[in-house]
Amino acid sequence: MSANGIELVPTADDHRIARYAAAAIALSVVEAAIPMPLPGVKPGLANIIILVVLARYGWRDAVWVSLLRVVAGSLLLGQFLAPGFFLSLAGALASLAALGLAMHLPARLFGPVSQSLIAAFAHIAGQLAVARLWLVPHDGLFYLLPFFAAAALLFGLANGLAAAKLLEDAGRIHR
Amino acid sequence: MKSSLRFIKPGDWAVLLLLAAATAAMAPVVFKGGAAEKAVVRRDGVVVAELPLTRAARIEVPGALGTSVIEVQPGRARVAADPGPRQYCVRQGWLSQPNAIAICAPSHLSLSIAGRASSHDSLSY
Repeated sequence: MSANGIELVPTADDHRIARYAAAAIALSVVEAAIPMPLPGVKPGLANIIILVVLARYGWRDAVWVSLLRVVAGSLLLGQFLAPGFFLSLAGALASLAALGLAMHLPARLFGPVSQSLIAAFAHIAGQLAVARLWLVPHDGLFYLLPFFAAAALLFGLANGLAAAKLLEDAGRIHR
Repeated sequence: MKSSLRFIKPGDWAVLLLLAAATAAMAPVVFKGGAAEKAVVRRDGVVVAELPLTRAARIEVPGALGTSVIEVQPGRARVAADPGPRQYCVRQGWLSQPNAIAICAPSHLSLSIAGRASSHDSLSY
């Protein structure tokens, strides 16, 4: 059914990425409804999906899912191209870069928990860098750093454990 | 169901402890941020004296009724004497919190403590 002659044929990769992105977007929307004491602090539940995708399909797929999550999630929440969108994008890019490095840590010693913690801290670093350079050009912003770091520690650990559990369950089913 | 601790590998513990230590190291930033830094004396809203809260000082300020005495010690300041009839600003005692203020209305004087972030006492998004 190609009325105007252009036909896009989605590959199996596209379908898989779309499925995971849909799950990540759903989690983003769900967590937007959770009230948080400090603006900008979020559990980052979608990162559980990113970690699972990273472990099972590699970094390239994780990048796709993460960026689709940022763009589509912000469209759904009415944040697209708003300041929050750029903070989210900066955080996602920073944590993807960190994950690209962290995934090469020896798997015998380091699991999803390490990756999740590292990604969470990279996320706040990326966000704060953009916020400081562009949105709030004042060093007072860094007073928020300890709160963000504490949140990254807590949620990074929780998300990492969730991802590890999901990966274990998935491994059991596929074995 | 086994404990979820089994998901934390030795390296994960190391990363967790390292980042926890880094977070703890950042915490003092918050508590330093609101530190009182100087005492500001105003007459009719106009700043007439600014005293750092790092060393002791005692100054006399001419007010509407006569001379008031402002005393500063490290980290705190007070109105030591004022000719006002009810002495409210004197009885308020030492001020040490940022944005704390003692007002000597009859003398048209006020003494306030300014912290580093004195321009806002709240933020809304």
